[in-house]
Amino acid sequence: MATAASLKRTSLYELHREAGAKLVPFAGWEMPVEYDGIRPEHLAVRTHAGIFDVSHMGEVETEGPGALAFLQHVLSNDVASIEIGGAQYSCLTNEDGGVIDDLFTYRLGDDRYLTVTNAANHGTDLEWLGRHTRGFDIAVRDVADRYAMFAVQGPHARRIVAETLNIELPARMHVLVVRIGDRPALVCGTGYTGEDGVELLIDPEIAPPIWTELVDAGVVPCGLGARDTLRLEVCFHLHGQDLTPDRTPIEAGLGWCCKEDTGFIGSEAIAAVRAAGPAERLVPFTIEGRGIPRPGNEVLKDGERVGVVTSGTFSPSLEVGIGMAYVAAELTEPGTELEIDVRGRRRPAKVGSKPLYKKEKA
Amino acid sequence: MSDQYPDGLLYHPEHDWAKLDGDIATFGITWYAQDALGEVVFYDPPEVGAQVSKDQPYTEIESVKAVSDVFAPLSGEITEANAALGDSPEAINSDPYGAGWLVKVKLSDPSEAESLMDAAAYQKMIEEG
Repeated sequence: MATAASLKRTSLYELHREAGAKLVPFAGWEMPVEYDGIRPEHLAVRTHAGIFDVSHMGEVETEGPGALAFLQHVLSNDVASIEIGGAQYSCLTNEDGGVIDDLFTYRLGDDRYLTVTNAANHGTDLEWLGRHTRGFDIAVRDVADRYAMFAVQGPHARRIVAETLNIELPARMHVLVVRIGDRPALVCGTGYTGEDGVELLIDPEIAPPIWTELVDAGVVPCGLGARDTLRLEVCFHLHGQDLTPDRTPIEAGLGWCCKEDTGFIGSEAIAAVRAAGPAERLVPFTIEGRGIPRPGNEVLKDGERVGVVTSGTFSPSLEVGIGMAYVAAELTEPGTELEIDVRGRRRPAKVGSKPLYKKEKA
Repeated sequence: MSDQYPDGLLYHPEHDWAKLDGDIATFGITWYAQDALGEVVFYDPPEVGAQVSKDQPYTEIESVKAVSDVFAPLSGEITEANAALGDSPEAINSDPYGAGWLVKVKLSDPSEAESLMDAAAYQKMIEEG
């Protein structure tokens, strides 16, 4: 483990400390895992609005006449379908179709795109992108230091952000360049919680006062603990657990963001897995009764090992143990009964459908 | 700080407490331990009759984010387990020295207690990190 001295800190570190956050090492950063508790933070996002410091995430800018052709070559989705001001989710895949990272790409101009990386993969992604730029008329820049990033999420998030910061907001899956104070900022209609909301990419210098303004307006500070329970309830993938370089997006249920016709790196391998059908697939499941599944727990069917849990936690909204696991493809039908070996105790579980937490329609 | 680490209890460096009553001891986890763990959401009380050994894990407490082993501050046999925590594990957070007690143990070697810390020594250990 990295020592405290070598951990990077976001521009909000002092505010987190003053707020009494529990800070933990995460992907080389010292990040808040919780303030008042994972459960109250989680429920604040489901019912009101929460704010997460996700400044540890990386940003890569791709610019130049060859930007579209380059991104089409490395990303799994059809980058040509993003209009200016649009956003798109995709996988960065290796030649075998394995997932190097999963990322959002925002089109900022004719020949200019911004891609947000997972903190743990930022260096790997940059190295991978750098290795494949030959023949493309572009510049790929690491711009992670230029941005602090907040996610403001929840049913009231958009209203509070618009009123408090007095800015226009983009539609879902879109991005707008705005001015906050005297600085340019990006507002993205994206998130990782299953709630409506925005993500803000702003100058780290003005990040602390903006954070404070939003918190004073009633937005609840939330840590990475709640971020994980929120995303798992709606079955969003976490790279390093549910996605790895050894699994294709098809197995992970991300075939929808793979457009093999574009000829991206890994597209042939992915097309082959899609055609043949994968041996295992990622499924969401719910524990029936007591017990909390954790990554690494084995999945059993009739006493035989049939898979492994990649994400597991206690769901604050559903108040049961939930998770995602790779299991044999014939056991993925919702309702299929499985058992999870939770440290020697076999807990009955049932395959669910995505998302596990279904928002009640107002 | 006396609320956080009451006098009259004995403390183990793995953040467990023991309260002696003759050769019977009550065990639980300290304020520091429950705070580090975060909100407890599951606890399965161990079996009455099970043997516990000083410095060894004897049960688990589970919060939203993690599962933690609980270490026995002393050795002996479990004579009673706090079954109420099965349904209300949050008492481990809200009242770690009262309603959040975990087990009562008949000690096999009461002299082991001499190696445990008093409240002041435990608090000093925590402050020194």
